[in-house]
Amino acid sequence: MISTYYAGLFADVGILTLGALSVYIILATGQLSLGNGGFMGIGAYVASYLTVALHWPVTPALLVAGLVAAVVGVIVGFPALRLKGIYLAIATLGFGEMVRSFFLVFEPTGGSGGYRGMPHISISYIWVWAGAIVLLVLALERSRLWLEMRAVHDDETAANLVGLNTTVIKIGAFGLGAAVAAICGGLFAHQYVYIEPGNFGFDRSIDFVLAIILGGSTVGLGALVGALLLVLVPEWLRFLVDWRLAAFGVLLILVLLTRRQGILDRTLIMRLTFRKTA
Amino acid sequence: MTHLLTLDNVSKIFGGIRALSNVSLSVPPDRIVGVIGPNGAGKTTLFNVITGAYRATEGNVVFDGKEMTQWPSHRIMRAGIARTFQNIRLFGSMTVWEHLLVAQPHQGNMLRLVLPARFADPVAWRRAEEALDIFGLGAYRDTVARTLSYGLQRKVEMARALTTGPKLLMLDEPVAGMNHDEAEELRLLLLRLQGQGLSILLIEHDMPFVMRLCHQLYVLNFGSLLAEGTPAEVRSNPAVLDAYLGSETAC
Amino acid sequence: MLLQQLVNGLTLGAVYTLIALSFSLVMGVLSILNLAIGEVFMLGGYLGFALLAAHVPLAIALLGGMVSTAVVSIVIEKVAYQPLRDAPLITPMLSTLGCSIILQNLVTNLWGSDPLQLPSELFDRRIPLGPISIGLMQLVIIGVAVVLVALVAFLVKKTSAGRALRAVAENRDVARLLGVSPQRVTLLAFAISGALAGAGGVLVSLHYAAITPYVGVDIGLKAIAVMVIGGTTNVWGALLAGPLIGIAEVLTIAYGGSQARDLVVYGLMILILLLRPQGLLGGARSDVGQRV
Repeated sequence: MISTYYAGLFADVGILTLGALSVYIILATGQLSLGNGGFMGIGAYVASYLTVALHWPVTPALLVAGLVAAVVGVIVGFPALRLKGIYLAIATLGFGEMVRSFFLVFEPTGGSGGYRGMPHISISYIWVWAGAIVLLVLALERSRLWLEMRAVHDDETAANLVGLNTTVIKIGAFGLGAAVAAICGGLFAHQYVYIEPGNFGFDRSIDFVLAIILGGSTVGLGALVGALLLVLVPEWLRFLVDWRLAAFGVLLILVLLTRRQGILDRTLIMRLTFRKTA
Repeated sequence: MTHLLTLDNVSKIFGGIRALSNVSLSVPPDRIVGVIGPNGAGKTTLFNVITGAYRATEGNVVFDGKEMTQWPSHRIMRAGIARTFQNIRLFGSMTVWEHLLVAQPHQGNMLRLVLPARFADPVAWRRAEEALDIFGLGAYRDTVARTLSYGLQRKVEMARALTTGPKLLMLDEPVAGMNHDEAEELRLLLLRLQGQGLSILLIEHDMPFVMRLCHQLYVLNFGSLLAEGTPAEVRSNPAVLDAYLGSETAC
Repeated sequence: MLLQQLVNGLTLGAVYTLIALSFSLVMGVLSILNLAIGEVFMLGGYLGFALLAAHVPLAIALLGGMVSTAVVSIVIEKVAYQPLRDAPLITPMLSTLGCSIILQNLVTNLWGSDPLQLPSELFDRRIPLGPISIGLMQLVIIGVAVVLVALVAFLVKKTSAGRALRAVAENRDVARLLGVSPQRVTLLAFAISGALAGAGGVLVSLHYAAITPYVGVDIGLKAIAVMVIGGTTNVWGALLAGPLIGIAEVLTIAYGGSQARDLVVYGLMILILLLRPQGLLGGARSDVGQRV
């Protein structure tokens, strides 16, 4: 039986993996979202409201939370079409902050005082969800849809000119990414049984981005690797006491300097699995 | 005979510049039509208007009986047009194989699209294998296309275009940078494709290539149609010679 | 009371202006967000603080803070940006994030995470102006901000260094062909950006009479909103948008409750991005960016 301390870390890895995946899905179409903390927050609050105020069981609450966030994601996806690159990223940052500040003033879910009373879930439950979604993404990566998403990422104009509906693809990616982030949020809420708007701000959004970029931004498993890194490395650095955060910063820069695609990429995966062809 | 593609008095104006003025042309089914003209004549603009990358300012584009002047690009392409580009536009992260899968039409239900292609979409898988064979790209199947030689990249681009199952293939300077043997190989391939029912519209500067291949030629100059006709007719048209060689007589 | 709020808003806005301009310089030249600016700003505050506590005159403290943060920014450019300049934009951004983590840890260890208090003699002086009074420090903050913005505007418009900056912002490759060194320009942008952020930090530590290692986080994000609203292609945009947002924020706190203020600030930013993406004073269309 693992100690509660490690169980907690393990849970955090599962939750962060989903957050990183949510950024990965949207990034696959060439859009950088710095606001997925907002979708996580929507998921957390919707799921929590359903379990706390309406006494729903957790699983349907998570599913509805995912759906609600997907709708919001699609809505966000439309104006996002007009912005490119860093301006899109900044707009999503603004969106994330707006969601956070919305929940600061929204009294039915506690406002700045936070929301509590959710039923607690087990680590296995978290990993059933995390595992299932990771597997789903891994399967999706081998689909034609994923190739179309990559085409939009690589050359949007050419993608249009081979008949791909880039509008639907980009908006759909936002919807799907938002849904995954919402599940992440719902799981987070029921793991910590207390949430407040500050949990879902820019810090969270950038953590998701950090995880996928470090872990490997071109493969779904990169989300898992990145989550492991971001959760475990600060723990291993505890022996540095007051300087562990700075050490983490240094390590972060070093990884980016030496391997900018992140730790995992397709070539490495093929080598590790002794495969020669895709 | 109804034409496959008809442009009726198409103009394209950018700010104050008339890139295309009242251009009318038509491509019959199963024919190879060429568009020639000096640099800057508006040939690529013409292609862009047909494929919806630009909207025509005036005039209509009718393809396969459908008026598609205002359609978005992806819808135009899905109606049966495919094109290659002057500067090759491949997908930077994709292997040759992936290029041959990604552009194929969506047959049937969504499920085929979202499940792993190997199992869920054997039709697409097979079509990609065929394209690989036709263009002799088997050895480069898992190579990232952008790392290949120029000639091979051109092949990938054309193979990708053909996987969309088009009725009309639009080629923008397909033999640029090719040596004689490669150009001849392409010419024979195009004739074979035309024989199988494909119509081809191409832009080219290589006169011998164009003269030997096309059934019909359109000559553009400064955005307007200068001449049209068979290669023999166009070749002896004084206005065309004038445009290419410049007027010898003093004004 | 409204007028008093306006004065407070202007003061806050002046700080926003400086940080927004700081972001804007790097953004304009490199199309990235230097995520370390919030912490550079915070560092400037601590340095200014330390100098003021040692009874160094305000002007010298300001200058000292600015020079130090300019140097720190240059280090950040060399370590975090330069080696990654041809990577996708997200990579150098995260690298600057790494720098911000290091800076915050450094400051926390040197000065502690509890708020640092400045002796209050400097802050009691208020100058009556009709129905309201303006604090001496508020005047200083607004004045310094205006002067610094004017200096940057002069630099960008009238000097050859400024021309080089604009050239690289416009088109990096053409600029290189014309003999401009993008590396030097980038260094300059980072240095000035650092100096401005440092100045903002020194000024904010005056205004609030206390400072923590976390002041950079919230102000940094809001400054990004100010940058977007003002427009990244025009220096004066920051001077217009800063007070606008400062006043909007102060009024929201006064009449709508302090929780709603972020909603207003980021709501305005999103509105601008949707309706006028180049910003209030921006010229060229800036919604077309490089792939991130």
